[in-house]
Amino acid sequence: MAVEAESAETESRLHRLASRGWAPKALTFVSLLGLLAIWWIAAIIADSRVLPAPPAVLDALHRDAVTGELWFNLAMTLMRVFFAFVTAMVIGSAIGIALGMSASANRFFDPWLILFLNIPALVVIVLAYIWFGLNEVAAIGAIAVNKIPNVVVTMREGARALDPQLAEMAKVYRFGRAKTLRHVILPQLQPYFAAASRSGLALIWKIALVVELLGRSNGVGFQIHLYFQLFDVAAILAYTLAFVVVMLLIEFLLVQPLEARSTRWRPKRA
Amino acid sequence: MSNPSKPVRPAGAPSALEVLVRDKRFRGADGVLVHAIDEIAFDVPAGSFTTLIGPSGCGKTTTLRIILGLDDDFAGHIRLPEKEGRTAVVFQEPRLLPWRTAEDNVRLALPDAMESENLDDLFAIVGLSEMRNRYPSELSLGLARRVALARAFAIKPSLLLLDEPFVSLDEMTATRLRQLLVTVWSARRTTALMVTHNLREAVQLSDRIVFLTERPARIRGVEVIDRDRSARDADWRERTVRDLDRRYSGVL
Repeated sequence: MAVEAESAETESRLHRLASRGWAPKALTFVSLLGLLAIWWIAAIIADSRVLPAPPAVLDALHRDAVTGELWFNLAMTLMRVFFAFVTAMVIGSAIGIALGMSASANRFFDPWLILFLNIPALVVIVLAYIWFGLNEVAAIGAIAVNKIPNVVVTMREGARALDPQLAEMAKVYRFGRAKTLRHVILPQLQPYFAAASRSGLALIWKIALVVELLGRSNGVGFQIHLYFQLFDVAAILAYTLAFVVVMLLIEFLLVQPLEARSTRWRPKRA
Repeated sequence: MSNPSKPVRPAGAPSALEVLVRDKRFRGADGVLVHAIDEIAFDVPAGSFTTLIGPSGCGKTTTLRIILGLDDDFAGHIRLPEKEGRTAVVFQEPRLLPWRTAEDNVRLALPDAMESENLDDLFAIVGLSEMRNRYPSELSLGLARRVALARAFAIKPSLLLLDEPFVSLDEMTATRLRQLLVTVWSARRTTALMVTHNLREAVQLSDRIVFLTERPARIRGVEVIDRDRSARDADWRERTVRDLDRRYSGVL
């Protein structure tokens, strides 16, 4: 009898928890824990320098955090990611929207776009360093150029999907240019912009590491290169994880709240 | 015999909208050239409610789009009621901005001079007082149409165009909305032109009905209804519909 009451109470508590939105978060936590467990077990079985267990990675992380090296290199990489991201989004969106709106421009530039989409990141980086020297502008430019074609493709789709019916409404009701852009066009492009930013951030930071490895003397990519030569896998994993955590923080603290705000008008899925 | 396409102008009422469209063709989705309109010429007297009625695909919506300035590839001319006046439209679809609330959708259409206009009365009259802060996705089609109506009347237009504003609603909702339209329009009288293929609707709402032929469209006749709207009971409506139906058989 008492057990029954207790289980009912637990159930209602769980229900309350779920309604407060904790259940999905708990699930995420359990899922990450599972991943950690798999890694740990694999490390124990392998018992080798090339696959260190989580404590060894934590050690390496702590070592570089104390000296401040970790923070400095994270900041350098983050700075490059930030500037490359902004550059790529601004230029890519402008080109993408222009191509989406003009069929003839699109026909002309489409082959260029396909070409740029298919140039390997490595080639762009090497050429940028050769042509513009081993400097910060070349590095950030190379990252941006790698990302721009993807932004163009996504934003072009967005511009093509603009609803002509809303454009007509805006015309009849004399919205004018500024009002039409702000209230009619940009909200329609928002999901495409969000998609481009999402895939953009992930791609950009991966390319940023290669850029640093090839031609910079700091940043996460440089450190990974260094530890590769020292054959220190624990440190390599430490830097990787540290940067992934930074990117996750950006995703959860910046990207998702912004997106939730800009899509609050959407019908909530049951 | 008089030319049926010649504009009929009732004595005393200055014409507010003059429409003359000749030989309108457009390329359909399949690339075939469609001869939509042969010649349509009619007037809408100031402050009257005129309805354009005809079979599906006879160029009614095309005519509205030409008047709205959304299609300028035509021969003929359009004279709007006032040069500086505004034209409002209720499209077949509500065409609301999904990311703006009902009230913002109405407010965004207001000219700058009316930006802080008090809309309480308007929302009350269209029965949306409680719905002002809802997003369009939270509204039924009937309610969304009310928002579209509110938006049209909010800008105090000198010409109101309605493109089958009650299509694809259940009959009860459509009836309620028609009554609502009469109420709002009586309170904020303006020159109105509606397109429909529903003769019963036309008979209930209009001062004048312009009958169009099949494509390519010409005017088949103009009927003036001078009975007071409040006196148009169900009996009278059915009689009138039957009568018009007989005289314009094949039109609808």
